[in-house]
Amino acid sequence: MTSLSNSLTVDTKAASFAPAVGGEVRDFFALLKPRVMVLVIFTALVGMVVSHATVNPVIAAISLLMIAVGAGASGCLNMWWDADIDALMTRTAKRPIPDGRIRPDEALTFGIVLSVGSVLILGLASNWLAAGLLAFTIVFYAVIYSMWLKRATAQNIVIGGAAGALPPVVGQAAVTGHVGIESLILFAIIFIWTPPHFWALALVKSGEYARAGIPMMPNVAGPDSTRRQIVWYTLLLAPLGLAPVVFGFGGWLYALVGVLGGLGMLASSVQVFRQRQGEPERKAAMGLFAFSILYLFLLFSALLAEQGLGLYRAVLA
Amino acid sequence: MRPAVSDLPDGLRPLTPEEAQTRRKRSLAIALTLGALVILFFVLTIAKLGPQVLQRPL
Repeated sequence: MTSLSNSLTVDTKAASFAPAVGGEVRDFFALLKPRVMVLVIFTALVGMVVSHATVNPVIAAISLLMIAVGAGASGCLNMWWDADIDALMTRTAKRPIPDGRIRPDEALTFGIVLSVGSVLILGLASNWLAAGLLAFTIVFYAVIYSMWLKRATAQNIVIGGAAGALPPVVGQAAVTGHVGIESLILFAIIFIWTPPHFWALALVKSGEYARAGIPMMPNVAGPDSTRRQIVWYTLLLAPLGLAPVVFGFGGWLYALVGVLGGLGMLASSVQVFRQRQGEPERKAAMGLFAFSILYLFLLFSALLAEQGLGLYRAVLA
Repeated sequence: MRPAVSDLPDGLRPLTPEEAQTRRKRSLAIALTLGALVILFFVLTIAKLGPQVLQRPL
């Protein structure tokens, strides 16, 4: 017999069939991957700002909120699908579903409701092109990446990176009704930035990914090949990061950040290429992982400062 | 009033105080979300249609 409050008791066999109450509010919030949501809000906001569209700020704010909720919903669906492999990795084992704080069916329902709700409200608030792009982003991340690519190919995060690169495009579509060259360039920067960023982490966590059976590049092609590919992608990323200057929406401040940041990314990736043993190897990989976040943040911050705060001074006549 | 265990269908039991508190917090969060949605749709309507939406002939 199990003792309950107010002197009530119940048979343990019966209790095992009792409906669970479910997770706490903060567990549901954790399902939305809040740190990723912050990044999505930031990049989508930059996509809006570089568009220079005349738009009601209330509508822009609601659109931004819905883009963030849609991103959170796709993160929730990802956690629902990946609960089995999340339980096998220390980095993800404490997530709400593998930790037993939220039932999978609760997470699935939560993710679907937020997905449909965010797309519909974005469509009503801004336009249906933006809503369609948000729906595509959610489906691409939750279905194409999570359910298919992630466990099928070492190119998983290369192709799947498109989902993470789309928020600026959705942001521009929300305030202008079309997709312009500015957001496409921002898409390209995030897309090419993704492989060196994630492969740096995968080099350190390759044992965990192997245990979970995820074919990350270091596990499939080997660490040396991964290091080479990191350098190649970074060689592509550093000049691509300066494309906003060439296309006229990145000024002097952005150019400075782009050049220094690009050199920093190249130096970090060369360190990863050279350091192949023990603690220096781990330090170099985690150094690139951390610096890549800073690099992307500074690039987009420079654009936001120039286009949003009027600091733009053209580099090219 | 908390029902006696004998009054409950098979397989059900009363909530523990912790479970009841969790459920209360979730109910409150859902209520706040629904309230926020009402405000969001009201503000969105005014933003898209303008304040004159309230001055049309009935």
